[in-house]
Amino acid sequence: MNIGLSHYLVVSALLFGFGLFAVVTRRNAIMVLMGIELILNSSNINFIAFSRFNGMKMDGQAVAVFVIILAAAEAAIALAIVLNIYHRFNTVNIDEVSKLKE
Amino acid sequence: MTLYDIVFYFFAVITVISGATVVMSKNIIYSAFSLLFTFFGVAGLYVLLNADFLAVTQLLIYVGGILVLLLFGVMLTNKVINVDMKTGVMQTWPGAIVCGMTTGALVVIFMATDWNIVREEVTMTSTTHTLGEMFMTSYLLPFEIASVVLLVALVGAAMIARKDTKSEA
Repeated sequence: MNIGLSHYLVVSALLFGFGLFAVVTRRNAIMVLMGIELILNSSNINFIAFSRFNGMKMDGQAVAVFVIILAAAEAAIALAIVLNIYHRFNTVNIDEVSKLKE
Repeated sequence: MTLYDIVFYFFAVITVISGATVVMSKNIIYSAFSLLFTFFGVAGLYVLLNADFLAVTQLLIYVGGILVLLLFGVMLTNKVINVDMKTGVMQTWPGAIVCGMTTGALVVIFMATDWNIVREEVTMTSTTHTLGEMFMTSYLLPFEIASVVLLVALVGAAMIARKDTKSEA
């Protein structure tokens, strides 16, 4: 059986599952961020796979570039927020950070 | 098994196994480093999908930027000296069941759907030229908005992360 669209889709589904698991069950805020990165990567695999198996139309790849841009912006902002939380509450456990101010 | 198949399975196995390690590992440093291999595996898959520009972008931005940023975050927010690198988990089994069911449903849908695939041979050409033209023509507005978003994110991150010197002085 040749490698087709569904092979790539299954890989991306597995990555999505792992990312969702990290987001749902991990307590550390940085682990939640890693889960989000996994989810974004899986969506990117989908975009590029569909673009490749749709007669090499390039729109999927263009959208994937925007996903990467937003992932970079998200990581920068989220880490700044996490560092601020750490300075203020001295923890990055997202269960304990339930107040907006002390 | 052609060479393409072997390379695909190689990168797919790397991606999935290191992705699982990211999630399962108790030590957050191990998670961060296996995330590196996940990004490499995904970049390999991009190359197999004729997306050479995106593969290089993935390596530059994810491995060179986001991963370093995440490692900085790990180092700055965990007590490295006190060996307090463990990350707690909560409600593992309900989470695993829900995520497993979601993934299973996705896989079943992906396999069962009759995708409208264009069956034609695609020759491997460089995508950079085409992508550049698209960003300057049909995707011009999103491209400009993305640049503004990046600028705002840069200023915002610097603004949020700096120490509040006024209140401490």
